Parts: sequence; structure tokens; C-alpha cells
Amino acid sequence: MTRYIARRLALAVVVVAGVVLLTFVIAHAVPGSPAASWAGPHASPAQVAAAAKYLGLDRPLPVQIARYFAGIFTGNWGVSIHTHQSVLSNIATAAPASLELVIAALIIALAVGVPAGLVSARRPGRPADQAIRAGSILGVSMPIFWMALILQLVFAQRLHVLPVAGEYSSNLLFTNPLTKVTGFPVLDALFTGNWPMLGSTLTHLILPAVVVAAYPAGLISRMVRAQILDTVGETHVQMARALGLPERDVFGRYLMKLAWSPVSAAIALVFGYSLVNTFLVESIFDWPGLGSYAVASIGTLDTPAILGVTLFVAIAYVIANLIVDIVQAVIDPRIRLR
Amino acid sequence: MIEVPEAPAPAPVPVPVAGLRTRGWLRSNPLLAFGGAVSALIVIVAVLAPLLAPDPGDAGSATHPFDVLKAPSAQHWFGTDQVGRDVLSRVIYGARISPLVALFVLLIACAIGIPLGIAAGYFGGWLDDVIMRVTDIVLAFPALLLALALAALLPPSMTSLTIAISATWWPWYVRLIRGQAASVAGRPYIESCRALGISRRRIIFRHILPNAITPLIVQVSLDVGGVILTASALSFLGLGAQDPTPDWGLMVSEGQTYFTTDWWVVTFPGLAILITAFAFNLLGDGLRDLLDPRRVILR
Amino acid sequence: MRLEITGLNVRFGARSVVDVDHLGVDDAEIVGLAGESGSGKSMTTLAVLGLANTVGATVAGSIKLEGRELIGLPEKVLIGLRGSRIAAIFQSPSMAFNPVFRVGDVALRALRRHGLTGSEATDRVDQAMRGVLLSPDLLRRYPSQLSGGQLQRVAIALAVALRAEVLLADEPTSALDVTVQAEVLELLRELRSRDGMSVLFISHDLAVIAELCDRVAVMQAGSIVEQGPTDQIMSAPQHPYTADLLRSVPAIERRA
Repeated sequence: MTRYIARRLALAVVVVAGVVLLTFVIAHAVPGSPAASWAGPHASPAQVAAAAKYLGLDRPLPVQIARYFAGIFTGNWGVSIHTHQSVLSNIATAAPASLELVIAALIIALAVGVPAGLVSARRPGRPADQAIRAGSILGVSMPIFWMALILQLVFAQRLHVLPVAGEYSSNLLFTNPLTKVTGFPVLDALFTGNWPMLGSTLTHLILPAVVVAAYPAGLISRMVRAQILDTVGETHVQMARALGLPERDVFGRYLMKLAWSPVSAAIALVFGYSLVNTFLVESIFDWPGLGSYAVASIGTLDTPAILGVTLFVAIAYVIANLIVDIVQAVIDPRIRLR
Repeated sequence: MIEVPEAPAPAPVPVPVAGLRTRGWLRSNPLLAFGGAVSALIVIVAVLAPLLAPDPGDAGSATHPFDVLKAPSAQHWFGTDQVGRDVLSRVIYGARISPLVALFVLLIACAIGIPLGIAAGYFGGWLDDVIMRVTDIVLAFPALLLALALAALLPPSMTSLTIAISATWWPWYVRLIRGQAASVAGRPYIESCRALGISRRRIIFRHILPNAITPLIVQVSLDVGGVILTASALSFLGLGAQDPTPDWGLMVSEGQTYFTTDWWVVTFPGLAILITAFAFNLLGDGLRDLLDPRRVILR
Repeated sequence: MRLEITGLNVRFGARSVVDVDHLGVDDAEIVGLAGESGSGKSMTTLAVLGLANTVGATVAGSIKLEGRELIGLPEKVLIGLRGSRIAAIFQSPSMAFNPVFRVGDVALRALRRHGLTGSEATDRVDQAMRGVLLSPDLLRRYPSQLSGGQLQRVAIALAVALRAEVLLADEPTSALDVTVQAEVLELLRELRSRDGMSVLFISHDLAVIAELCDRVAVMQAGSIVEQGPTDQIMSAPQHPYTADLLRSVPAIERRA
């Protein structure tokens, strides 16, 4: 088991190195000199020349690559043009909000998608199955920036059931200020027993999380259905039935566990996908996460920030895949016994 | 003269399930039928756009300052946008853009993916390793992210958008074709082909490619919806189409500021994206069910 | 007759796959159901268990267990009967166990569903394992860690643990080596003599049937063409199909 983990870890490190290299390539391969992008759209030629020197663009390529890697690993990810702060510190401030959103969305997606897939697989071809399949495909086809706008209009602005934007109600900052423990507002409110704040953070989380959850829910539901239908004909299923186990055990426990392996692989995939999807949704909900930062960077042509966010999300994706690989090995003995 | 036996016939493409012929097909595959019909409809709308749109000029740079932000009415079924253009006409013309982008992206992805996949799968060895490492690294990025980074650094235009998305889409096709090529290349009858002196080109074209066609078709049809969503997302962020192009994503972005009072500017283009992606996804899904012989349903 | 099948018809839509006039297994008896692959033998097993509908087949006729009619019983009742009164073992033992669960998991859960407490269930299964000459520790292993022979013996142990009266054995030795096969056959004989179990032994292997079974029924295309005591069938077959089957077996040990 430890050997398996060690192997996976080594592989992850290699992939991260490749990812860093690729961001370097992107930074230097796109038209327009990196110095010009670094200096910003309003720089004078002298400033661009100074930037070129600062970036070491006059050095030979291998040296540049080495300096780039060194910079990344020592935390020097550049300075953001639109905030004038270190890119890494910007990312560190913004990341928790996005992670909170993505995790909440994944929880919703699992809670909806897994049962839906099970129900779908119980009676394939029947109306419930067709409806759930249509719903899943609808979820996967949803333009989430549009869904965000529509839901915000309907639930927040027209029906006034849910808050419009923000992570929590700013009025509460005066009456029930939030002390920072983990950096995640929901957890912070929970751990400090700040109930009004907890309620506020949760209600503010609902709309954005539901929007981001649409794609993963659809994907997970289809995946569960496909996996169960693939294995439902196997002998061990008949054996379980023959021993007198009711269908809900056969499906809910025995078939479902077989489905977890590919589903957990899907979770890593949708984690990455959803983290990027936040870019489309956060600015609509004034959510102070990576998405808002990325959108602001795009708008100001803030190349260091754009590349920094790209690198961060890619690394987060690699880590997510690594975690899932390990979890899979724990759940599915076939993997670690190989 | 020694009779040299002909090479074994190319492996047959998996035949669609027998249900294709029976008339109950429509009833047993309602989702596929619906998806196929709507997809075809969208293509027809795109082709006939000039005839169908009530105000074709509005899809271009026409502006009507006196008709700004009018609610849906008999005159303008979908209302007018912030410079007075007929939203219905723009939505109709928008049908030309998204599927076309998808077509180009997937063509490029195949053009890159198929040769690389065959090279990796059939020839194997260090070539396989190199190609797959590069592929893995590109795939280490979530799809939208890489396209976004590229599109953000390139000057915003539909061309940049297409290039950016293609650059992130090709790796899946390399993997797909490589898998097919590797499994076919490993089969004993290929060895006998080589022993008979049949050229590599012939083997590739007569044996490997036909086997890869079906999964390729399935993958492409499944990807159309995904590319459309990616393209509209990038346009929404301002990284693709620019005004006055009637791109649906761009229209949603432009209508955002007016959304709370003038809902139609955002709703109809977004709905168009949803329906298009939905239809093509249903089509792709249905095709996969039909062409994948493993799908035997047991209860 | 403990298990009595009369006028059983199993069909897929219009296509009939099993059409049995009469087939019975008595207490402490091993009855062989012989025939080629695809003759409908496995569907008979599913029909007796009431599981034919899970593969889309419909069942008509009569299947009586100790005089009680099984066809038409509500699913809840059938679930209670499965495992505890009628058990089954299948052809490919490595496929008969869910690969992501420990081998003992299904049995323990089944026993608890049938009303035993956790420790009662563990005791029963452990005892049954010892009865088939396997260490109860093996129950904690995963299927991939056990051999085919061991898995098949575990499957039999499960039937014993559940105190089943009737065991439907669907080609249980076809996937096993000859030496392991002998052990499994010996186990089945013991179940008959020691526990009085009724065994319906389904196989295409006439040599094994001749060696193991008290009575034989020969199935061709879903119907029983001949049945009777093993010696009689093997030495003096009445039906041409039986004779063909016998001829195709290289050498058959005729019981004196």
C-alpha cells in the first residue's frame, strides 16, 4: 500500500514539473513579448526594457527555465498588475472562498447524483430512468453563467428567498464579526459558535453552490448508472440474490461499492472542472474567490496573475487526482492487491 | 506461381444493434430521436438564417437607437437589446457560430490526434512514451483552464478562441486513437500481415483506421456539446467573439447589466446555448448507446 | 419429494427455453440434470429461486418446496426462502463473489437478514467453513486471494451455514481442476449423507454425473427426455439423445 502511494506521489511530482514547464511555454510562446505583458498594457518602452532585464529574458533558455522553476518553488510567482501585490498572496487570499464553493457544490452533486443514478439503474428504460437521464444530460449541457444569472434573478431578486450576492451579509460584520480560524467562512462560523453568521454564510452559499453542482451532479448520476448496468449481469449479483438478500442491499450496497471506484475518479475530474467553472460564476455572485480574481485579471490583461491562477488550479487538480488515487486504493482492494 | 493469399479482410465495424430496423426504435430511443431532431433543426436554422431572421441586418452592426431594450412583442418576439437590435434575429444568426466553432475545433483535434495516436499506438516504443507524456501534461490541466489561459493571452477573436480550444482538446483524441491502434496492432492477424510483406501504410489504412472510426464518431458527437459550452463560456468572458458578432455567450455577457429589468436580452441567447448543447449531447449519448455493442441491459 | 417441479415453462417473450413435465429431488438425494450448454439448465435454477424475472424471463407452472407452491409467492416471502431453504452455487466461483468485498461479507449479511444476531451469524459461518475443511480466517480474504477450489468450497459452506435444505449446483465443477473437482464432489456427497441435503446437480459433464448422482434427468432443448436411476440411464438409455450423449463421452465409469 505504501509502495502504491509512493509511486503515485512520484508521478504527481513529475506531472507538476511538467505543468510548470507548460506554463512557462505558454508565457513565452504567445505573441507579444512576455516583458510587455509583465509591464502591463500602459508601460513605456523603457519600462518594458527594464522588465525584460528583470525577467532575465536576455539569458539563455535553459537558464530562464531554471530561474522560472526556482521562482515558482520559492513562492515568487510574480506581481499582479492590477492589485500590485504578490500573485501568490492574492491567490492565497482568494483560494479558500473558491474551495469552499467547490466542495459545497460537490457535496450537493453527490447527494443528488448518486441516488439518482441508483434509481435510474434499478429500472432501466422505464420512465423514471428516461427522466433522470434527460435531467443528467441537461445538467451537463447547462451554460452555468446563464444558470447563475437566471437563478439569481428568480430566487434572489424576484422572490427574495435567497441572498443576492456575497459570502455573507455584511451587516453582520458589526453585530457578529467573524473571527478567522480556517479561512473558510462556514467553518469559521461553525467553530466559533457564531450562529447568525453560520446561517448567513450557508444561505449565501446555496445559489452559487447549486449552480456549480449542476454539471457534476449530471455526470455522477450517469456514471453511477453506467457502472451499475455494466455489472448487474455478473454472477455475484445473482449469488447475492440467491442468498436471500433484498434488492436494496444488492443495489445499494453491493453494486454501489463497485461503482465507487470510477465515480471517485470522476470526482477528481469534476473538482478540477468545477474549480474553473467558478471563474464564470463568482463575479455574478460577488464571491471573493479565485474566479473573481481571474476575471479581474483577464479584464486588465494581468498576465502574471492569469498564469499564476492557471498554475495554481492545475496543481490543485493534480493533488485532487492524487488524493482520489489513494482513496480508490483504500476502497477497492483490486487496486492495491495488484 | 505461388498463390499469395489476400490479407485478411479488415475488421468489421461493429454493427448497430438490431433494434435499428424495427419500427419500435423511435419509442425505445426517445432521447436520441429528440436530440437528433433538434440538432438537425439547429443546423437548418443556421443554414437558412438569412431567410428566417426577421431583421438580418441586426445580426451585424445595425443599431436602432429608438428601439432600445423593448420587451418581447409581436414585432420582436425576443425583444430588442441595448442598441435596439432584434434579439430573435441575432439568436438565429448565432446558430451559425457555435456549431461552426465546434466543427473547426474537432477537425483540428482529429487532425492532430489521429496521426499522433497512430504513431504512438502502432509504433510504440520511445515515440509512444514521448507522445503520451506530452499528452498527459496537457491533460493535467482542467479543460477550460488551459483554453482560458491561452485565449486570455491572445488577442480576443473567434480565431484565437478556436485555436485556444483546439490546443486543449486534441489530447483526448490522441489517447483514444492510441488505444485503438495499440489494441489492433497487438492482434495476431496484424503480425501475419507484416509477415506477408504488406506495407505499413496499408495496414494502417485498411485495418487500424476502420476499427477506430466508430469510437471516433461517438467521441466527436459527445464532444460537440462540450465545445459549444466552452466556446460560449470564453465568449462570455470576453475572450472570443467581439461585438457586433451575434455570439450567444457574448450576448449573455452584454445583457448582464440590464438583466434585472430587461430579462430577455440574457434569457433567450442563454436558452439557445442550453438547447443546442442539450440536443447535441443527447445525440452523442444516443449514438454511443447504439454503436457500443457492450450495452446489453439486464435487470 | 422435497422439491417437485411440474409443468414448468420458462420463456423469453414468445421463445420457450424450459419446458419440464416433471422433475423432483427427494431428501438426501443427489439428482443430476444433464445436457449440453444452452439447453436451459441454468434457467431452471433461476426459476426455482424465483429470479427468472431478473433476466427478463417469465415463468409458468408449478415448483413445490415441501408441498408449498413457490411460483406466484410475493417477493418478500421468496427472499426469506432464498438462502435459508434453497441455496445455489454457480459455475465460475471466482465470478460468484463481489471482488470489492471480503468473501464472508455477503454470507454474514444474509444470515443477519434472516434473523440471526452478528455473533450467531459468525459462529454459524465459521462452523460451516470448518465443515468444508477451510479455516474461518479465509472469510476475511478477498476473492482474488483465494483459489477457484477454495471459493467453491466457501460457496458450499455458505449454503450449509444458511441451513438450506435444497442446493442447486449449477455446473459447480466445470471451472475447476480434476483433483479439486474430486474434493467438491466428496463434499456434496457428505452433505447428502450427513445433513440429508437435496442436491440438484446441473452439468454437461456426464462422467461427473455418473460418479456423483443417484438419479439423472437428461435435458434436451429445455425438455426432459429421459430420467431415472443413474445406473439404469447410463447402461441402458432409452432415448436416442441420451445415447448420443453417452457415446460422445470418451470413457464412462459404469457403476456396477
